[in-house]
Amino acid sequence: MLSQWIENQVLLGAAQAAITLLAALLVMVLTIRLNLGLKKDILIGLGRGLVQIVGVGFLLTIIFSADLWVSLPIILAMITAAGFITVQRIKAIPNALWISLAGITAGAGSVILIMTLLGVIRQDLTSVIPIGSMMVYGAMNANTLMLERFFSELASHAGQVEAGLALGASPEQVVVPYARRAVTAALIPRINGLQSLGIVWIPGAMSGMLLSGENPAYAGFYQFVVSGSIFVTVGITVLISIVLVRKQVFSPAEQLLIRSEEKA
Amino acid sequence: MSENYVSKNSSNSHPFLCVENLGYQIDEIKLLSDISFEISAGERVAIFGPSGAGKSTLIRLLNRLDEPSDGTVYLEGQDYRQIPPRKLRRRLGMVMQQPNLFPGTVGENIRFGPQAQGKLLEDEKIEALLSSVDLEGFADREVSKLSGGEAQRVNLARTLANQPEVLLLDEPTSSLDQDSRQEVEQTIMAILQSRGVTCILVSHDRDQVQRLSDRVLLLEDGRLKADGSTREILNA
Repeated sequence: MLSQWIENQVLLGAAQAAITLLAALLVMVLTIRLNLGLKKDILIGLGRGLVQIVGVGFLLTIIFSADLWVSLPIILAMITAAGFITVQRIKAIPNALWISLAGITAGAGSVILIMTLLGVIRQDLTSVIPIGSMMVYGAMNANTLMLERFFSELASHAGQVEAGLALGASPEQVVVPYARRAVTAALIPRINGLQSLGIVWIPGAMSGMLLSGENPAYAGFYQFVVSGSIFVTVGITVLISIVLVRKQVFSPAEQLLIRSEEKA
Repeated sequence: MSENYVSKNSSNSHPFLCVENLGYQIDEIKLLSDISFEISAGERVAIFGPSGAGKSTLIRLLNRLDEPSDGTVYLEGQDYRQIPPRKLRRRLGMVMQQPNLFPGTVGENIRFGPQAQGKLLEDEKIEALLSSVDLEGFADREVSKLSGGEAQRVNLARTLANQPEVLLLDEPTSSLDQDSRQEVEQTIMAILQSRGVTCILVSHDRDQVQRLSDRVLLLEDGRLKADGSTREILNA
């Protein structure tokens, strides 16, 4: 209906965004009524989300025909932002920023690079940046989930961890069950995603290809490539991060540095 | 920083355990200050005092689960910071207030310490350890099915599996009901008598201190107020 009234595509998008914003604000009003304390987070989320994604849209319009290497600083900026966003949630873990940057760079960076060099991701900016962003986003979420879960597992099992240390076990040995749970928690959404692909949801990449008239069978294969690559990214990210974070929660004398309620 | 205790004493007859000016503070709050004492091999010493005196903090420092802010501990003349932490913790076996057993069977828990150093504890040895804490035949039992007293005795056997030279007991019966408390205390007494192991017990229970120790270190407000025989200190 809107498209009948507004011819300019950018203005049409702004009008559609305004309607979506209105619906989201209604949800915010509901959360205020229910005293959920989410008002600030929702407002920041909506504001940042709108400005950031429209900003990238304009940026892509400008650099549309630029060389492929331009995607490198953009992807690096995305990885850096992902590292900082992760740290906001996990302030208690020492060096969480460096761990996250290392994990996300190793996971997302390597997969984007290899897939682009192999030509699995089309070698142009309009493919590398959006598909790369999906990988960075997946890596960021999995990394945050993993670190948060690992920290809370250690804090709530500090007694068992210290019992293990007191029995002469190494930090690496005592954290095994908690590291396993944290990695599992981070991978499960991705495994669920793969299992439900096409049955429960048709993700954005395939939807976009179908809307632009690509062969549906090819779109299916390509969606699997994207989803599978995100799984590989997430796997590498959380495995690198867990190896790095294990050392951070213990002192050089192998003392648990996290102070739980029972220890305090 | 970590000189050898022997080098400071010309005599070779250094004490088994020597705590020297030990202090611990966290967030500017001093929890322990200037604690010094010596313990000979085979002694049974209680760290006694009101709650909040710093007893558990002191025993955690002895196991090096926390790092002293001041001073150090010498084990047979060697600064304990020179001993690899895992090796030190096997020598000074700690039994915590809560059993903190790992999910799984009793046998798996008892195997844990030796397994951490790559040794497999045979079933007969597990049974012998369980027998020493009056839990014969419990090896295959799930720890979630144990009573509080049984869990604490498994905890004791798990520590003994490492064959420690010193037993550090941190309020080992305070989380238990009266009956279980008696059971565990009797088990501890039997182990101390049969093994002659050096023991440092933290307790705020005057009667328990009387039954289990020969010597008392009285702690108040993070300072060592008195050090003497159990009778002398408790009757003062």
